[in-house]
Amino acid sequence: MVSRFFEEAMESIYMEGKTPVFNMAEGPIPGEMHLSNGQEPCAVGVIAHLTAGDIVTATHRPHHQAIAKGVDLDKMAAEIFGKKTGLSGGRGGHMHIFDADVNFACSGIIGQGMGPAVGAALSRKMRGEDGVAVAFLGEGAVNQGAFHESLNLASVWKLPVIFVVEDNAWGISVSKKQSTAVEHNAVRAQAYNMPGRFIADNDPIALFDVAGVAIEAARAGHGPTLIEVETYRLAGHFMGDAEDYRPEGEIDGLKAKDPILVMKKRLINDGLLTEDQHTALSDKAKARVDAAITFARESDFPAPEEALEKVFV
Amino acid sequence: MENERKLTIARAMAEATAQEMRRDNSVFVMGEDIGQLGGVYGNTRGLWKEFGPERVRDTPISETAFIGAAVGAAQDGMRPVVELMFVDFFGVCMDAIYNLMAKNIYFSGGKFKVPMVLMTSVGGGYSDGGQHSQCLYGTFAHLPGMKVICPSNAYDAKGMMIEAIRDDSPVVYMYHKGLQGMGWLGTESGATVHTPSEDYTVPFGKAKVVREGGDVTLVGIGMSVHDSLKAAEKLESQGVSAEVVDLRSLVPLDRDTVFNSVAKTGRLIVVDEDYKSFGLTGEIITTIAERDISVLKASPQRVAYPDIPIPFSRPMERFALPNPDKIVAAYNEMN
Ligand SMILES: Cc1ncc(C[n+]2csc(CCOP(=O)(O)OP(=O)(O)O)c2C)c(N)n1
Repeated sequence: MVSRFFEEAMESIYMEGKTPVFNMAEGPIPGEMHLSNGQEPCAVGVIAHLTAGDIVTATHRPHHQAIAKGVDLDKMAAEIFGKKTGLSGGRGGHMHIFDADVNFACSGIIGQGMGPAVGAALSRKMRGEDGVAVAFLGEGAVNQGAFHESLNLASVWKLPVIFVVEDNAWGISVSKKQSTAVEHNAVRAQAYNMPGRFIADNDPIALFDVAGVAIEAARAGHGPTLIEVETYRLAGHFMGDAEDYRPEGEIDGLKAKDPILVMKKRLINDGLLTEDQHTALSDKAKARVDAAITFARESDFPAPEEALEKVFV
Repeated sequence: MENERKLTIARAMAEATAQEMRRDNSVFVMGEDIGQLGGVYGNTRGLWKEFGPERVRDTPISETAFIGAAVGAAQDGMRPVVELMFVDFFGVCMDAIYNLMAKNIYFSGGKFKVPMVLMTSVGGGYSDGGQHSQCLYGTFAHLPGMKVICPSNAYDAKGMMIEAIRDDSPVVYMYHKGLQGMGWLGTESGATVHTPSEDYTVPFGKAKVVREGGDVTLVGIGMSVHDSLKAAEKLESQGVSAEVVDLRSLVPLDRDTVFNSVAKTGRLIVVDEDYKSFGLTGEIITTIAERDISVLKASPQRVAYPDIPIPFSRPMERFALPNPDKIVAAYNEMN
């Protein structure tokens, strides 16, 4: 819920200064903005098994994973606003969320989070230290060389790494059907001699169970697993995307399956949550996001010359 | 102007490509989101509708495969126009570019032609962060075997696209995002100029003096031409007459036009949005130093991107980018 409220805040703040004429360069949050609304289950279903010491690498669409991993929300919001108090002092921005305290890193280049995840897993294994690495990627990334090379390397070296493909059916305007030769990428695991699992319907509980087994196996030294999750991109590829390529009605169909609402209903039906508890949780999440946004807004910009710092350490 | 027909660079590129596709069946287009979407930067808009998915092919996110495939298709008699969405993505596919596309003509002793165009977007200034804002002209121009061009306006964009498609050698066609004329990105209005509807070519290796002057030569390419023109206006009000040279292509490089201008003015400022060291600015200054250093009345200056990854935050990015004021300041520091 924190993640969803965060994205909703991003959505409205991003548009500040960009109306009536949409210009990506304007407003308090300039540049591209890729929201993760609808994809929250992929992050929580897996990361719930991880500790701060475990490693996550993310993509150009990283907010939900970052929040699930416990990235400092104030500093993350400030980074997205380009403020001095941000995680990287404003050097990275929304596609480059880095938080060393919880071992979280990103790449805006498709597929390029995978090598570093494999390497972090290798590092833990070589030092005999505990730790699992999880590389998140979109279904569009499976057609990059880095995907195939990383899977093979992780498998031959039996590394503690999990690859999680968030299948939202679209790579910008190109559908998975148009671009990918197999229906489910989980079958590609066979080619690299590792387990492959497919999770239908954006189901966080089913994912939680499968990810638990995979992560336990990785911790026990049995090597990597590939998991593909059918998920929904409820927003455009980035803010400002007209989404003309979507078949008519698709977005309404997806919104009806909004995972936050589905989960709420499920928990209430199962007697695990009451309306009041839900309201309390929701208020708490909203307050947390509001505090982060306030922190970000009230923080100062870096001095321009700070651009020259931190190229080397 | 009568019968003026102002086009954006994006539309000029699309029009040029469409005209060549009508003329020559071997021309086809490949890349990410270049089909129904018409390219993220609008430069293939309308092609998919007119020519269909067989000749206007949306690809998977597999740059190594489809750029490599373009090399093979080009050697086999086709004329592919392929798009690398942002130049920053060259990291995942550079082998296909610099070891195949750029070398196969030479390796075959000239028996294979490689008539392909690799178009790619460059430039920042809109807070897109360090993996989506680079220029990297110099990186490509450094590696032999590919022509490297970048238009500063729609007239050149159209003529250079037609020239590129008809060229039997590979051409890296770099277009600056801030000049594309995409409403959602903010745009430099000076890039949207009269563009004839008929087909025509603009030859490579011919720089253009876009403003004449006698006191200092400002040399740029793409966006830095516009920065230079604005600086020239400011210098004018200071009583200084600046000449502005638009390089238009880096490979081949028109060293004569640069030299002749500097021989006339005696002063040189090179403006570049690409990284400062080991790049375009140094190469242009060398052009003068090697030929006749005595034409210089003052040490040449460069206004280029500092050697840092591109920062996201607006004040830091603004600080690092070249701009007209920095050019004026560079002039005022010349002795
Ligand atoms: C190597 C590379 N090629 C192209 C891009 C441009 N690009 C950014 S996001 C994207 C689509 C990615 O689709 P997917 O992996 O399914 O992730 P999603 O956006 O759906 O989350 C593309 C093509 C890129 N960032 N890096």
